[in-house]
Amino acid sequence: MSIKIGLEIHCQLTGLQSKLFCACPSDYRGKPPNANVCPVCLGLPGTLPLLNKKALEYAVMIALALNCKIPDTVMFYRKNYFYPDLPKNFQITQYNSHQISSIGSEGAVEVDHKKVRIRRVQLEEDPGRLVYEGGMETSLYTLVDYNRAGVALVEIVTEPDFEDPKDVRIFLNKLTSVLEHLGVCDTKLEGAVRCDANVSLADGKKVEIKNVGSFKEVEKALMFEISRQKSLGIKGIEVKAETRHWDDVRRITIQSRTKEEEQDYRYFPEPDIPAVSLGSELINSITEKMPELPDARKIRFIEKFGLSEQTAQVLIDSKEMADFFEESIKAYSNAREIANWIVTDMKGFIDEVDSINSLEIKPAHIAELAKLVDQSIISRHSAKQILQQMVKSGEMPLEIMKKDESTKISDVQALTEIVDEVFAMETDAVQDALKNEKAINFLLGKVIQSTKGRADPKLATELIRKKLASISV
Amino acid sequence: MNVLASNATDIVTEIKNSSVSAEEYISKVLDHVNKVESKVHAYISLNELAIRRAREIDSAVRKGEKLGRLAGVAIAIKDNICTRGLKTTCASKMLEDYIPPYSATVIERLEKEGAIIVGKTNLDEFAMGSTTEFSRFGESRNPWDTGRVPGGSSGGSAVALAAGEAALSLGSDTGGSIRCPASFCSTVGLKPTYGLVSRFGLISFANSLELIGPMGRSVYDVALMLSCIAGRDSMDHTTLDIDPKDYTSLKQGVKGAKIGLIKEMISSDGVDEHVSKSIHDAAVKFETLGATIEEVSMSSLQYALASYYTIAMAEASSNLARYDGIRYGTGTNPEGFEWNSYYTKMRSNFGDEAKRRIIIGTYVLSSGYYGKYYLKAQKVRTLIKQEISSLFKRFNLLIAPTMPMLPFKIGEKNFDPLQLYMADINTVPANLAGIPSISIPCAFKDGLPIGLQIMGDYLSEELLLRAAYAFEEVTDVKKVADL
Repeated sequence: MSIKIGLEIHCQLTGLQSKLFCACPSDYRGKPPNANVCPVCLGLPGTLPLLNKKALEYAVMIALALNCKIPDTVMFYRKNYFYPDLPKNFQITQYNSHQISSIGSEGAVEVDHKKVRIRRVQLEEDPGRLVYEGGMETSLYTLVDYNRAGVALVEIVTEPDFEDPKDVRIFLNKLTSVLEHLGVCDTKLEGAVRCDANVSLADGKKVEIKNVGSFKEVEKALMFEISRQKSLGIKGIEVKAETRHWDDVRRITIQSRTKEEEQDYRYFPEPDIPAVSLGSELINSITEKMPELPDARKIRFIEKFGLSEQTAQVLIDSKEMADFFEESIKAYSNAREIANWIVTDMKGFIDEVDSINSLEIKPAHIAELAKLVDQSIISRHSAKQILQQMVKSGEMPLEIMKKDESTKISDVQALTEIVDEVFAMETDAVQDALKNEKAINFLLGKVIQSTKGRADPKLATELIRKKLASISV
Repeated sequence: MNVLASNATDIVTEIKNSSVSAEEYISKVLDHVNKVESKVHAYISLNELAIRRAREIDSAVRKGEKLGRLAGVAIAIKDNICTRGLKTTCASKMLEDYIPPYSATVIERLEKEGAIIVGKTNLDEFAMGSTTEFSRFGESRNPWDTGRVPGGSSGGSAVALAAGEAALSLGSDTGGSIRCPASFCSTVGLKPTYGLVSRFGLISFANSLELIGPMGRSVYDVALMLSCIAGRDSMDHTTLDIDPKDYTSLKQGVKGAKIGLIKEMISSDGVDEHVSKSIHDAAVKFETLGATIEEVSMSSLQYALASYYTIAMAEASSNLARYDGIRYGTGTNPEGFEWNSYYTKMRSNFGDEAKRRIIIGTYVLSSGYYGKYYLKAQKVRTLIKQEISSLFKRFNLLIAPTMPMLPFKIGEKNFDPLQLYMADINTVPANLAGIPSISIPCAFKDGLPIGLQIMGDYLSEELLLRAAYAFEEVTDVKKVADL
């Protein structure tokens, strides 16, 4: 049975200092209600919108990243409807029905080797927020907080090109990474990215799913909705064209409580904002300023560092992880070893926190760890255990090894015996070490290996040097 | 000198050289306002701080401080222009008690020049009308015949000048709202080029058409006031990137100017014969001043009203959506109401004319009709612009009657919206094209004023004012009525 899924994504341009049409800070989070407002974003009589040029630039960057066409002239429209969260009872947005004038249109993105077309990218203002004290079902009144009103929002609309909720997840991961690489949106902030989805089966009626709290939930909501529609089909019940809300507690979609009337938004060009002529010069200068995007970064990781496609993919799906990787290889050059540590052993820890930066482990730690393993100073097995501790304590690997007295052999007598054994076994290496200081590390590695990582490296090094000195004399 | 009838320029001089104190002068104005308001009703509210402002000016005079170009002058402000701390009602129940937290850019600029706001003047609700009858606070009356309308929508601002209640005033002009009352009250009113004066703080009726403009009892006063308010404003994207400049060099005359007299505006069926004659006489005056006059046709005029009202009402329906009683203005306790029923309750507070325009504007924007009405109106607007632009390739200026009729009686036309809309026929083309246009006192017939409209090309305010000044020099008509 054919499945068609389309997405409508809203992302706030949290990278901006101010709102889309006034000087109020765009960071409204954590402020007392209605404290982050001014006459313009409150829509007081006589005020006029002033377009934030940086927002225009950011939106163009997003459109370019999604391979959209950018029109010569960008226009704003009024979308008229009554709702208490809209200070003016219209939203300033963009509209392409009369002429193509939104920031981007006709784009395309590759998702798992399939093409997803982007219908449009547009810039608009976020409404305020409705607050129901004690919950929507029980609250006797609605409070309105306009702190968010006027924050710059980019709407991205795809064609219904997805056939599998899994691809939706891959696309949203990719989009998240693109937004992070562009530095325009901190997707981790609550409400910074929102996604509505529409789905139809076998060319049947289209159902819209709204109220999906995070990108991660979209795949689940779609899977539920598809199985719901399939089971209706089996029972011979026709699917209704409707809007359904995702209930993230019960993990089902439910029919919208509000009556969805056929809305007529009476779009017309915003008379207070003259059409903006972008010009090829501006587009070129923005194109030049565009940072490296995930797709290009992935290719570079594969070609320059010899990473596998899968490893590179995991890294670039998160800008922070990719940055962490690149920072680490500045300290030690074995990129494949470092990448593997990050995408396998570190990944679990990263997924548990909001930001990789909140972990105690820094690039220098992972670089050092990879180096010690390469030099056989510590075994892969103990390195895994050391990593777990580094994540929490932020100490360097050798410090951890030293501290870990219970497992450490620091008895001179015992270690001397082991050093003697190694010297007997590795005669070539001993000859090397007599000439080359660096080869000591190999001997040390062997000592540590034969104690399964429990030898005190400092003491062992000391004993090796002593023994070498006695031989050379 | 009768300060109540004096030009602003003379008042500034008197105050600057201490012939009269600002306090004395403002007190006289306020006394006079108290005396005549019951007859003409120019003001919705008065500024209680006017005397205090006058004392500040006097103290500046005593200290020899640098004074602004409008130091001490009594100015009346149309009540759809925001004044911080002063009620700004738009003559609507919706904003009956609304006090803006900020001032319009023009207000800031006028106050910087020392102007003293006497009060906020009456208008048709949200500037929708041409008689000042559609006000929540009752109609204003024409000082020349208090049984007649003063024109509108900036009726109060024109009345205040003709009744001696202020020396200058500010109006707004969406389709003739400065020029119509200027014509009906024998005062000077200028609608500048679209974008020359900031709209920030002007409560929108139809954004793409309207502008704030100066009104006064002389062309020089209007030119002086324009010099104080014109120029780019970072708070309004639709202002032109133009430096403020001085518009008061007016004496070069109009010798050699080519002036077109618009045939359809002067000789169609709807034009009063007295009006028509006066404008013909005015044309002859221009000839004696050395200009050439030629009658010219503006064939697109027949579509101007349809285009104008479609666009104006469409924009209005959206602009007025914000008045819902939730955030500011008149509101009742919304507790117990479902949103839509609260909206219904609150929005029934609009007057009939505002409701009519909101409904029609909503209709012309609705999907399926957008192309048939709004888009077509915009196309017609483009055609009118093009025709006017081609006329200015042949002429330096265009003249016509401001209003096709003499001021009519209160209640005579307010029951028939279409008849009232027809009265705007000569003024709307300037708004559609964005060009400057001025109405100046031209003649009286049976004690009622007739106004001459002069239109100039885009940004030709200097020439326009010069021509108006030259005409004023040779035209002796009364500017202040005896009340």
